[in-house]
Amino acid sequence: MATPLSLKELSKKEDRLTSGHRMCSGCGAPTVVKMVMLATDYPVIASNATGCLEVSTCIQQFTSWNIPWIHNAFENAAATLSGVETMYRSLKKQGKIDQEIKFIAFGGDGGTYDIGLQSLSGAMERGHDMIYVCYDNGAYMNTGIQRSSATPLGADTTTCPVGSANPGKVQERKDLTRIMAAHGIPYVAQASPSNWADLMKKVRKAHEIKGPKFLNIIAPCNRGWRSKTDDAITLSRIAVDTCYWPLFEIENGVTKITYKPKEKKPLVDFLKPQGRFKHLFAPENEWLLQKAQEVVDRNWDRLLREEEFTAPKSE
Amino acid sequence: MPKIVAVTGNEAVAEALRQVNPDVCAAYPITPQTDIMQRFSSFAANGKVKTEMILVESEHSAMSACVGASAAGGRVITATSSQGLALMWEILWIASGDRLPIVMPLVNRALSAPINIHGDHSDGMGARDCGWIQLWSENAQEAYDNTIQAFRIAEHLDIRLPAMVCMDGFIISHSITRMEYLEDEKVKSFVGEFKTLNPLLDIEKPVSYGPLILTDYYMEYRKAHEHVMSKVPGVVKQVADEFEKMTGRKYGLFETYRLDDAEVGIVVLNSAAGTTKDVIDEYRAKGIKAGLLKPRLFRPFPYAEVGDALKHLKAVCVLDRADAFGGSFGPLFMDIASSLYIQDKKPLMFNRIYGLGGRDYMPDQAEHVLNELVETAKTGKVQSVKEYIGVRE
Ligand SMILES: Cc1ncc(C[n+]2csc(CCOP(=O)(O)OP(=O)(O)O)c2C)c(N)n1
Ligand code: SF4
Ligand SMILES: [Mg+2]
Repeated sequence: MATPLSLKELSKKEDRLTSGHRMCSGCGAPTVVKMVMLATDYPVIASNATGCLEVSTCIQQFTSWNIPWIHNAFENAAATLSGVETMYRSLKKQGKIDQEIKFIAFGGDGGTYDIGLQSLSGAMERGHDMIYVCYDNGAYMNTGIQRSSATPLGADTTTCPVGSANPGKVQERKDLTRIMAAHGIPYVAQASPSNWADLMKKVRKAHEIKGPKFLNIIAPCNRGWRSKTDDAITLSRIAVDTCYWPLFEIENGVTKITYKPKEKKPLVDFLKPQGRFKHLFAPENEWLLQKAQEVVDRNWDRLLREEEFTAPKSE
Repeated sequence: MPKIVAVTGNEAVAEALRQVNPDVCAAYPITPQTDIMQRFSSFAANGKVKTEMILVESEHSAMSACVGASAAGGRVITATSSQGLALMWEILWIASGDRLPIVMPLVNRALSAPINIHGDHSDGMGARDCGWIQLWSENAQEAYDNTIQAFRIAEHLDIRLPAMVCMDGFIISHSITRMEYLEDEKVKSFVGEFKTLNPLLDIEKPVSYGPLILTDYYMEYRKAHEHVMSKVPGVVKQVADEFEKMTGRKYGLFETYRLDDAEVGIVVLNSAAGTTKDVIDEYRAKGIKAGLLKPRLFRPFPYAEVGDALKHLKAVCVLDRADAFGGSFGPLFMDIASSLYIQDKKPLMFNRIYGLGGRDYMPDQAEHVLNELVETAKTGKVQSVKEYIGVRE
């Protein structure tokens, strides 16, 4: 029987990503990774794209990974794991291995939305039995907070810095979760470490579905977001409550919002505590602040309609 | 009994891969290699191999998937040419740095731009320093034999490095030739069972592949890699000896042709060696002491042995089917020059660039070079160190 999703039982389990790694204190990413791996009792093999998580967790001659783990390059966590999973299938078919093993790829938003999108798309289309987890901190953090296509509208980064001629990032985020859903794969979901039970349930569900699965998980980065070190969980909760980061899943084409805030908070609640949005509160940038709210409203509204539209018809 | 067949180079390599029967193959099309992966896919589709195919969306992913599959613990192949190899370049270094014995036929083709699908060595030369073993092949028979031997060399427990098997695009890959296939059973027992080393799939013993190693230890890893490379020639010879016992076909680190008593010599890779040997025979008949050296193990390059084999010559011409832009010499020339520099007695040397983008290498080009060699030996003067031949002015 699988470990019940209760804090009491889960806390008895061994961490698959041990402490002692060198991510910044208060970083959201290791929390996300721990939750993902704690959610399952199956043996797991992971691949990891280059980025903060990777460079900080396996440094000669130490590793924080208690499971078999492979880092290949920046853009190919999905292709790499597709190779591991295929070898597993080959050896299983030949009777050389009989264990049930699960496969998870971890990539940052840069390694997933941008440079690794082709590799991810290919692996998902080929139907490998694996979960790809994007820990989305909204920029290339490892190289020093450069803009990615996951960076939110208006954010200050080191490659779209706020200056006299530029108000921060002027483009909207790429909606990767929907792009993955458009691949027609059996399971796609968005999660947040603030809603840990929801996150773990999604991981569990994903493991029980055969084929390619994609999870997009928000992972606050206090360095890049210019926020307080102990705010990772609070900020990810506000991201959910403002509907900036809605929690939903798309299972075989049916969209389900897994958490609807009782009261949708204004986006400024999410932006205010983060230094990367400070400039948006200057009078000349009011239009951008407004636009950022409009984008969130538009996306949330579309998601609500999508849920209705895709709901199975009751006879 | 071995089977005598009339096949193309691609067909021969595909047949070797079928006989080896690897666990995983990543496939992506590119001319002139496509044919190999197409044939292999058809073996898989018809249950002729146990191989699981990964039909990737690019060569970058092909090599990435090979790295994952090989680290998982099993025998892994892919094949490529030209732009495909260029796209893989980043991951070639990771395959070798992680010490993964992937075997990859490389059907040599020119690089863009201008785009050109025909044979030259620019692709393989661009990957010569990435820590892979490279075996080069004159004809379909050699490509077939090298492919089979590559598995033994790459997977040797003292080596564990990826290996490329090169043959000339179209000239060899698409021409039909007479050759010998070994029996399936013989190939199977020659390559043996794959021995895993630190496989990812061993859940009981979790390993981490691809760590961050900075100034404190990176250099030691590089030195260790170089050390392993230095053991490759010994293993290549050992595998070649075993192969000779099985087939009667002799292989070494390189081939020499009428070189021992020669006064002038040509060094050339792959298919052009065949034409050159014919012309050398004609010159020998005229009383000119000419010979040839054709590298087989190009990476790691057996400097000492090559230098030793050439040092007695009066003049040497290195023919390069690739250039290294920037005012320096062709890549093969630079290695031969390095091999000879360490010798006390050195021949006069010059470098001729030929056959780029599949331009035919004809007997008159070999004659031209041999005449120049004779003249150089006689006068003791090199007219011009580097020139293009068979090209419009
Ligand atoms: C091909 C390639 N290009 C660029 C880099 C440099 N690089 C390493 S990590 C990184 C940023 C990673 O960003 P992301 O994927 O969002 O992960 P994060 O560091 O934010 O966790 C970059 C640009 C690289 N390693 N490889
Ligand atoms: S820079 Fe950000 S993402 Fe990277 S380790 Fe630090 S807090 Fe985490
Ligand atoms: Mg990031």
